Amino acid sequence: MIFGVYMATAIEKIISSAIGRKVYSGDFVEVPVDFAYFHDGTGPLIIDVLKEMEVNRVFSPEKIAVIFDHAAPPYNDQAATLQAKVRKFIREQNITKFHEIGEGICHQVVPEKGYVAPGMIVCGADSHTCTIGAFGLMALGMGATDMAYILATGKTWIKVPETIRIEFKGFLKKGVSSKDLILEVARILGTDGATYKVLEFTGETVKKMSQSSRMTLANMAVEMGAKTAFIEPDDKTMEFLGREGKIYSTDDGVAEIISIDSQYIDPKVAIPYKVSNVKSVTEVEGEPIDQAFLGSCTNGRYEDLLEAAKILKGRKVRARLIVVPASKTTLVKAMKDGIIDILMDSGAIIGVPGCGPCLGVHMGVLGEDEVCISTSNRNFIGRMGARSSKVYLASPQTTAASSIEGKITDPRRYLD
Amino acid sequence: MIISGRVWKFGDDIDTDVIIPAKYLRSVDKSIWPKHVLEGIDPTFSSKVKSGDIIVAGKNFGCGSSREQAVLAIKWAGISAIVAESFARIFFRNGINNGLLLIECKGISNAVDNGDVIEINLNEGIIKTKRGILKYKPLPQFLQEILNSGGLVEYYKKKIKGSAP
Repeated sequence: MIFGVYMATAIEKIISSAIGRKVYSGDFVEVPVDFAYFHDGTGPLIIDVLKEMEVNRVFSPEKIAVIFDHAAPPYNDQAATLQAKVRKFIREQNITKFHEIGEGICHQVVPEKGYVAPGMIVCGADSHTCTIGAFGLMALGMGATDMAYILATGKTWIKVPETIRIEFKGFLKKGVSSKDLILEVARILGTDGATYKVLEFTGETVKKMSQSSRMTLANMAVEMGAKTAFIEPDDKTMEFLGREGKIYSTDDGVAEIISIDSQYIDPKVAIPYKVSNVKSVTEVEGEPIDQAFLGSCTNGRYEDLLEAAKILKGRKVRARLIVVPASKTTLVKAMKDGIIDILMDSGAIIGVPGCGPCLGVHMGVLGEDEVCISTSNRNFIGRMGARSSKVYLASPQTTAASSIEGKITDPRRYLD
Repeated sequence: MIISGRVWKFGDDIDTDVIIPAKYLRSVDKSIWPKHVLEGIDPTFSSKVKSGDIIVAGKNFGCGSSREQAVLAIKWAGISAIVAESFARIFFRNGINNGLLLIECKGISNAVDNGDVIEINLNEGIIKTKRGILKYKPLPQFLQEILNSGGLVEYYKKKIKGSAP
């Protein structure tokens, strides 16, 4: 303990260690950034801002990663031109941690490559940077100008956030996943119930779950307005990263505690157009769908594909099913293990690893009045395509079962 | 400083996808962004908005993605300020960083109607509406400095680069 008696939240401790003095929620401080990353979506604007700032050199090329995931491969000439601009920048700046089209989603690739470790302060030019808060670090999603400032100085200003602890007790029932848990949290907190705060996920359910499932929890913190998510790291965390880090735990200072008994959670669906419009799948069963999307930084990992394959094995889909693995590593493993075969036999279409149709620019954009069930994280108006299209958010299991029936379906019917 | 303008009123949870859909983001020509501003809510909005107008909104304005084009689309459409019950965190940072005046003011939604003219007194931290005067909490000092500089780029050039040895 470097500060003597200092009872605080894990995030307060991370910030304190970084700047060398005690901080508490509400303080405004400038912090050093240990690692920063951006993608093809935010990259072009970041480069423009750096130019406006008259910055010729980034602070530290080895602490920066760039991942092409948003419109990868590019869907038109303008997207391609903007990506070429980012590649040129990467060469000029000697950024070697560059991941081309098809390597996966930034929030998946960054931990898979072990670029980050517990205890770090990491900034990403993407709102779902909170995903990697599942690795016991402070992960902050930001816009282009903030990222440009970080690339120039290696620092950023923050307001030290309060922490809301979400405690999951007990075990998950069959057919229920961490996606259903986080949708329940969205229902409780609403779309702004965690604004400027950290959601720290704890409890027996979280300890027992895989690192991938934890990432699903952390991923959606921003949908409740949270600054980020935090999960105390353990052996599973280190194994995923392939490296050790500094473990910080919360021992005091939590603003609010929400306790959820996991065994009472059923499969959930977030109905349009709010992520917090959450109902039990039984309440929306039968709603016809045109498309199902399995993928994204929320649920595009190996275990998500595996859980969907268990339901789809030997069955055919009625609604087109688009599967986009979160990374090339995920895709290769799923191929070797025969999961891709099962998915394709069911009629699924396999896309290039990346963000896929989640943000409505390619690889499965929705037409007028079309309805999609999706494992992603946003169901806003026009999110995946036409203004009149609709997105229902659900778990991989619910999405797989729904694609079989062509309508929203309780996945528990497909499990023994 | 006092600014006044005509109000365009919106509800809660105005997300960045409705402010500027992702399909317009990957454009070499940035001038298309203000042409599609808030298209997800009102497809004719960009043709009606005038320079100096003010957006009034409910809670959680700008939630969703980190796309800074959401701020730029609003700013370049001529909006002089956004007064909301509350802002989503990333949008708030992006706004200040681009020198867009953002004011968090409880009760603003009930105090104004679409088309009203309101007056914001920045020195006193008050907003005059037809239903009375509302007080708001000013920005912390150094955020105010960034905003006064015209945004983070100008702030950096003035404060950081300018003071470098």
